[in-house]
Amino acid sequence: MTNLTVNLKEKIGFGALFLATMAVVVPVLCIIWLIVTRGWSAISWEFLFTMPRDGMRAGGIFPAIVGTFYLVLGSVAFSLPVGVMAAIYLNEYAKDNFLTRMINLAIINLSGVSSVVYGLFGLSLFVVFFRFGVSIISGSLTLGIMTLPVIITTTREALRAVPKPFREVSFSLGTTRWQTIRHAVLPFALPGILTGAILSIGRAAGETAPILFTVAAFYLPNLPNSPFDQAMALPYHLYIISTQIPNIRLDYRYGTALVLVGFVLIMNISAIVVRSKFRKKRW
Amino acid sequence: MKNAKINVSKFNFYYGDSRVLKDITIDIPENRVTGIIGPSGCGKSTFLRSLNRMNDVILGSRAEGSVMLDGRDIYGRDVDVAGLRRKVGMVFQKSNPFPKSVFENVAYGLRIDGIKDKYFIEERVERSLRDAALWSEVKDRLRDNAFELSGGQQQRLCIARALAIEPEILLMDEPASALDPTATLKIEELIQELKKKYTIIIVTHNMQQAARVSDLTAFFMLGELVEYDITSIIFTKPSKKLTEDYITGRFG
Ligand SMILES: Nc1ncnc2c1ncn2[C@@H]1O[C@H](COP(=O)(O)OP(=O)(O)OP(=O)(O)O)[C@@H](O)[C@H]1O
Ligand SMILES: [Mg+2]
Repeated sequence: MTNLTVNLKEKIGFGALFLATMAVVVPVLCIIWLIVTRGWSAISWEFLFTMPRDGMRAGGIFPAIVGTFYLVLGSVAFSLPVGVMAAIYLNEYAKDNFLTRMINLAIINLSGVSSVVYGLFGLSLFVVFFRFGVSIISGSLTLGIMTLPVIITTTREALRAVPKPFREVSFSLGTTRWQTIRHAVLPFALPGILTGAILSIGRAAGETAPILFTVAAFYLPNLPNSPFDQAMALPYHLYIISTQIPNIRLDYRYGTALVLVGFVLIMNISAIVVRSKFRKKRW
Repeated sequence: MKNAKINVSKFNFYYGDSRVLKDITIDIPENRVTGIIGPSGCGKSTFLRSLNRMNDVILGSRAEGSVMLDGRDIYGRDVDVAGLRRKVGMVFQKSNPFPKSVFENVAYGLRIDGIKDKYFIEERVERSLRDAALWSEVKDRLRDNAFELSGGQQQRLCIARALAIEPEILLMDEPASALDPTATLKIEELIQELKKKYTIIIVTHNMQQAARVSDLTAFFMLGELVEYDITSIIFTKPSKKLTEDYITGRFG
């Protein structure tokens, strides 16, 4: 009798957890399936590597891919060094005082700020105040600031996961704090740091709001050739062809979405691969 | 004491408000093995770590009194702590190689020193491994990951790593407590070899080990140095009743 109810409870509990998991997985799979089936037919050499034609109803999305590539590169070039240095400072040097706690609180809050706020911040700081104009550099920095909390948080976790004896042994061998960080901490935190960087790339590639006012162009006849040029970008391009351009072929929209989602997916999968590959090494 | 390498006088150590070392005064001779025994929690590790200032990093800790090394106070102002630790090497209770090759573990201190000369590094690594009685066992496995060595080999590797930066003093905190009797014996033989070149201070829980390896023995209890003498005297006719009770196993 009691055994039966325990068993039943177990089954209900398991069922509930399983359903909750499915509630997460199923929509994701549906979205991917929808995008792939409807967008796959658009993917071609021409689609990926040529300029748009006929008011973006034909041709390719090459400038949007290039723009997103530049933006991602620029944002990581900014946020990775700054984020890693900030994390090292907070984890290895900062004393546990009021200021440090405020900084920690700020980082947590920053990761919760909606991305359009970053866009407006980038507009006023980089575009207007620093006079970078609506440009790749403004967009990259805005995306970089948006991804900073991710990088700082993952780097700190990676630093914390380095076994304590490594530091102790290193100090006992007569090294300074920086030498210990450089030789006994960072090498072993690297996979975790890379994971954070790759995840932030995926995020930077997919966001629309932060680039809306800072870099994104509706249409450009030429590829950008300086950091101070405007650029097209995949998420914004997708938004435009989905809402602003009537009578566009359906597979063009889904094809653009497929390229974007594919890129983000590849980034996330490589983050998982990097992590599991390094985890196999024992320490 | 003549030939004292280290003179500790009126040394106190605090973790926050708790005073874990009380007015320790002791002279440690050069090229001898000094054993430190005492019940768990009496401050043996704390004392050892005070000698190369490894306790510095612990928040709220504080040292009082003086520790003279070659006549200079290591707690004095302007002391280069990293430099001190190069002079006073340390081997920990649990072997703790880096997840690197055998070779790179031993070369760690040299690489950090910015030494680029390949032959110099190779030569020093080999000598350190020989001094740690490990060379014959690992000379064909220098590129293997250090974790593939046995526990006893890993501990000797850690000794080699400490020797590679040519310290004058070697602090060992229960270096054999995690090892089997054969590996323990190897470490003990090694210590006898090492004392020709180094001043060794070793913490041990094992009475027989202290009796076997150390020339002098210090008995600590509740943060105080109860008795310090030539090992044979400590183990045969100690002058304090507490010491006798401890070594005969009446407590601790
Ligand atoms: N980091 C620390 N913070 C606060 N108290 C500590 C710390 N490390 C040690 N202590 C305390 O200091 C006292 C001495 O500790 P210590 O580790 O030196 O003892 P020990 O003689 O080495 O013991 P064992 O034989 O168990 O290794 C103990 O009471 C211990 O609880
Ligand atoms: Mg101890």
